[in-house]
Amino acid sequence: MIWNESKECMSRDEMSHLQSKRLVKLVNYVYHNVEFYRKKMQAVGLLPGDISGIEDITKLPFTTKDDLRDNYPFGLFAVPNTEIVRIHASSGTTGKATVVGYTRRDLDVWAECVARCMTMAGITKDDIIQVAYGYGLFTGGLGAHDGAQNIGATVVPMSTGNSKKLTTMMVDFGATAIACTPSYLLHISEVLEAEGLLDKIKLRAAICGAEPWTEKMRNEIEEKLGIKAYDIYGLSEVMGPGVACDCEFHRGLHVCEDHFYPEVLNSETLTPVADGVLGELAFTTLTKEGIPLIRYRTKDLTSLDRTPCECGRTSARISRFKGRVDDMLIIRGVNVFPSQVEAALVDCKEVTPHYMMIVDRVNNLDTLEIQVELDPKFYTDEVRALEALNKKIGHIINQALGLNAKIKLVEPKTLIRSEGKAVHVIDKRKLY
Amino acid sequence: MFAKQLTIFIENRTGRLCEVLNVLKKNDVNILSLSLADTTEFGLLRLIVDKPEAGKERLAEGGFSSLLSDISIIKIPHSVGSLQELLEVIDNSGVNIEYMYGLSIEDDNAYVVLKASDAEKVDKILDENGVVTVGCEDLIHIK
Ligand SMILES: [Zn+2]
Repeated sequence: MIWNESKECMSRDEMSHLQSKRLVKLVNYVYHNVEFYRKKMQAVGLLPGDISGIEDITKLPFTTKDDLRDNYPFGLFAVPNTEIVRIHASSGTTGKATVVGYTRRDLDVWAECVARCMTMAGITKDDIIQVAYGYGLFTGGLGAHDGAQNIGATVVPMSTGNSKKLTTMMVDFGATAIACTPSYLLHISEVLEAEGLLDKIKLRAAICGAEPWTEKMRNEIEEKLGIKAYDIYGLSEVMGPGVACDCEFHRGLHVCEDHFYPEVLNSETLTPVADGVLGELAFTTLTKEGIPLIRYRTKDLTSLDRTPCECGRTSARISRFKGRVDDMLIIRGVNVFPSQVEAALVDCKEVTPHYMMIVDRVNNLDTLEIQVELDPKFYTDEVRALEALNKKIGHIINQALGLNAKIKLVEPKTLIRSEGKAVHVIDKRKLY
Repeated sequence: MFAKQLTIFIENRTGRLCEVLNVLKKNDVNILSLSLADTTEFGLLRLIVDKPEAGKERLAEGGFSSLLSDISIIKIPHSVGSLQELLEVIDNSGVNIEYMYGLSIEDDNAYVVLKASDAEKVDKILDENGVVTVGCEDLIHIK
């Protein structure tokens, strides 16, 4: 089944024509409504009239996460708050969050895109779907929720944090689909197994995203639960989940190209590479009203495939991600930058600025340990004081990352000092 | 009187304690007593040594940070209830005892290290109650 055949199966020429038309409109729109873009275009002597089609997109400046941070909170919004009906936010590279705003129409487009993804995963109005992404500032919960509701499925807004309740309701309600992070789903499968409920579930499809995962994990999920698992991709800056999703052939993720124009860039020259070549993914939001972004650099490494897919869709597909160009980590679905830890520790005078993050996966749940060096100036001879310090740092980190971490105090001068770029992360999960 | 205690933070890693003791040995710093307060993650090694200041310096040269803190070394006669009576006096004064550990034993007396939340106040209380406190250097002569 295809949700929107007229858009998802357009000929490449028609798609290119539609994208051209929308890009011209978008450039006019941001030039007149977003000072940031007007200035950026003026700086390179570019006028809206210079953009006459999608092939001109390379003339336009890039946008980065730092631009969102520098214009915190609403500086990149193209409409006044009277038009904004929802705000979401994700972690920024430092203490400040990355804030996005949606108009009513933006929410409709989002629900449309997620509906396409749900349909790709074979989910219909006959399904009962548990949405087990976090509801709140994070786009996962509400994004999947609106999309599932749009196709008319029965939505159970579970949110995260209560596996027992989730498995009980999965059985009692006869849930047939679930939306959550892949690692959480693996965890759920273990809970089901432990409770002897594996043969009592009616689950048949899962739509998993918000963190990178491997083909091996997909096989494990599918085998253990006897279901089909699909990969959904998105990022809050661009929209949220639903920017792209893979179909039953799993040959890359179909991008909702009529709304998000994908480019894959050479990481050094930042010029587009040929299809099939690995590079950094960038998106231009062709129809967004609230916070339209031009050539937003996602920092995700992938390649593009614009050949038709066996499923009948003609939309461009992005390959499974091969890594990141920056040091962002995704831990339990939460975006984490080492720089956030650094910024949080600055205020804690009992420890040095040296730290090491150790990320691992135990029983399919991500774990984060942060090792921090005690500052000899603040030595104590009391165990209680150290335990209190440990707790205090744990609290500071939780406030900064929105994530619980195990804090380990280590002796001064024992963490690795590197001469070049400091190494602050040991990721044992092997996700790419 | 106060005495000085050396405290070293050590992670629970194989051989760490031995390395600390090795630095002291090589520099001829004599350990009169030690106590190790440990959790699953780390330990606090508390040492009474004959030359506390020199010990701190030698440890720093050997790559170990340490803390010198004021503690009281109390002489307690071997009689039933003498320690209990002393603690009662301290408790009543409102000073909190952070930790204590035994240090050495003579024929008639025992020596106990006491760390209080208010070192000066507890020192005064001990004096007023005729409790004998000694310094690190005095301990060397105890046999
Ligand atoms: Zn397909």
